[in-house]
Amino acid sequence: MSNGLLHPTRRGLLLAGGAGLLTAALPGHVAAQAAPIRIGFQLHRTGIGAAYGRWYERTTQAALKAINDAGGIAGRPVEILFEDDATDPKRGSEVVDKLTQADGCDLVMGTLFSHVVMGSAPRAGELKVPYLVCSEGYHVASGALNRWTLQPGITDVRAQISTMAPWVAANLGKKVTMVFPDYAFGHDHRDFFTKAVAEQGGEVIAQIAVPPTETSFTRYFPQIPAETEVLYHVMVGPAVLTFVKELGEFYGTGAKPALFGFVDSLEAVDTATPGLEFLEGSHFWEAHPRVKPADAGEHEAAYRAAVGVDDNGASVSDAKDISTYSHMFSTWETLYFIKQAMEASGYAGPADRQKLVEAMEAISDLPYGIERPQGAKRFNGKTHQVFGTQSISQVQGGKLVKVHTTTIEEGLYEDAVDYTTMSF
Amino acid sequence: MAFGPFLLLALMEGLVTAAVLALAAAGLSLVFGVMRVVNVAHGEFYMLGAVLAWAVTGMIPGPAALTFLAALIIAPVLVAALAAVADGLILKRLNYDPEATIVATIGLLYILQQAALSLYGPNANPVPAPFEWRIQLPWFGYSGYKLFVVLAALAVLLALWTFLSRTRAGLIMRATQVDRMTAQAFGINVDRVYMGTFALGAGLAALAGVLVVPIQQAQYLMGHDPLLLSFIVVIIGGLGSLRGTLVAAVVIGLSDGVISMFFSPTLAKILATLLVAMVLVLRPQGLFGARA
Repeated sequence: MSNGLLHPTRRGLLLAGGAGLLTAALPGHVAAQAAPIRIGFQLHRTGIGAAYGRWYERTTQAALKAINDAGGIAGRPVEILFEDDATDPKRGSEVVDKLTQADGCDLVMGTLFSHVVMGSAPRAGELKVPYLVCSEGYHVASGALNRWTLQPGITDVRAQISTMAPWVAANLGKKVTMVFPDYAFGHDHRDFFTKAVAEQGGEVIAQIAVPPTETSFTRYFPQIPAETEVLYHVMVGPAVLTFVKELGEFYGTGAKPALFGFVDSLEAVDTATPGLEFLEGSHFWEAHPRVKPADAGEHEAAYRAAVGVDDNGASVSDAKDISTYSHMFSTWETLYFIKQAMEASGYAGPADRQKLVEAMEAISDLPYGIERPQGAKRFNGKTHQVFGTQSISQVQGGKLVKVHTTTIEEGLYEDAVDYTTMSF
Repeated sequence: MAFGPFLLLALMEGLVTAAVLALAAAGLSLVFGVMRVVNVAHGEFYMLGAVLAWAVTGMIPGPAALTFLAALIIAPVLVAALAAVADGLILKRLNYDPEATIVATIGLLYILQQAALSLYGPNANPVPAPFEWRIQLPWFGYSGYKLFVVLAALAVLLALWTFLSRTRAGLIMRATQVDRMTAQAFGINVDRVYMGTFALGAGLAALAGVLVVPIQQAQYLMGHDPLLLSFIVVIIGGLGSLRGTLVAAVVIGLSDGVISMFFSPTLAKILATLLVAMVLVLRPQGLFGARA
């Protein structure tokens, strides 16, 4: 036998391979008989969004289990097909295509990075498939996309910023320098914060755009004017840790401006990492505080247990595996939003997709509950955008401690579009 | 920031880029000079160096300085061994045909990259620097480790130069570079020289990867930029010329540092590419290359 293992015959290999293929095909076959609802998930499993993708998948799996354990959607079991888009816009539209046409998914959800959303949404519109993004970009509410694209699980950058600007101007300083990634998501920050802080009597004195694939940042720091009172930073991708470290090296023990960052600059990064000491005392926007606050809601513990995150925001199985806590709840809430809309519209299959979108547009009040662990939300059917509360946390002793929470009302703004008047 | 300190920071940043670039490009240049193989997979050896450094520092217990030193030795040796195997399995069987090896190394690039993705994963992981020492200048602070990278690269390049010009193995390598047939006629085992050269080139790239990883983090896609810049450096300096590579690396590194700080990083890349085009038109053999 040992001889057979070392020198496999062609027949032996074929037999083994065939058996493997059969085993792989079997579960899919069994599941197909139960006629489940199929949801396609456009996942950033690889590429610059990989850390987010990892946690988006875990959170979605947890929500899926909770929903199926409670009887599924309208009594039907739910299954989710995860498809990697490599955080690439071109690949993104192919993934939407594959999930819809080849895999027969009822709808597609889950995209985070705004350039992938921009690349994929037009294809979803052409295929007339509901496309539910978890991306924060203002592109949905701005009217740039289409009737099939909605953002029901996370607030957008414009709402986040309009609640942050008054606090920054009142508590940290009025002369602000911004550092942001040089694409759609960063431009939303640039445009809305510059406007919002001006309304508070403040001023953005420098805007530093960094290409999204940049790996070294020291060269950008001299552009920060010396009179800067607040340095506003929002960086994403694999280089975030480098960014924060180099910022620390650059300012060192010398005088430095107050720092206000979006937690995107630190998602999946441990705030107690050596080299990040200089963040002590600085403030961050968070959607969903990573470190469990003392006044956390009643469903916080159950949600953390379901997604496998401890009270510090790290994986329960690996304390070094830090979650993307301020973003991942959006996949959980989006899945429950789908459940609510499907049950309200009596959704039976792809022929009812239009009815489904109309049912989603009719939703407005979304109260706090295990379905929405981040907090109560208000959905605007006209702009396809949800609104919610925001938090500000301060790094104290290497940990993010929540110091302020906004109301939903502070983040509201006038509608820029009415998608319900557009044709399907 | 005032002009003086601004320029100083730009030069320091440029010097670090130049140092890493010089190491990576020296490997590429060596492989082309001796073997006439354009190694498109060169950037992946750089990436493997960084990824292995992460693995080694994670597996060996002990202080950061010690584990990093271990990575500095183990990672390049492993990558060099892998390159030697690739040479025997792929390049040798293609008889080092210039066109065929380009296609083969493109394939190798994807194999290594996807293997890293499968085994190492898509995440960027930090490797702690061997020492946390920060220089506080009156105008700004600077990482002491980055200066160490410059010194280490200089030491390695000096060692490489000594090896090529002062040892018997180096002599054999240079002889093969000048004329493969004649070298063979003099009893030199050209196959072994090729294998050793390919391993050495990959090892240099891996060494650059290890040195850079405490600054940049290890990620499976990190091989792209150094590959492009190495080609730029090697074309400007002259393929196969170590001196040219060093001079071009310093020129490209410093200009990248200064231009990207005073203007924009995109402009720095545009100018570097323009420089390549000018060199190719006006002096195809490069600044220091011998006429083919």
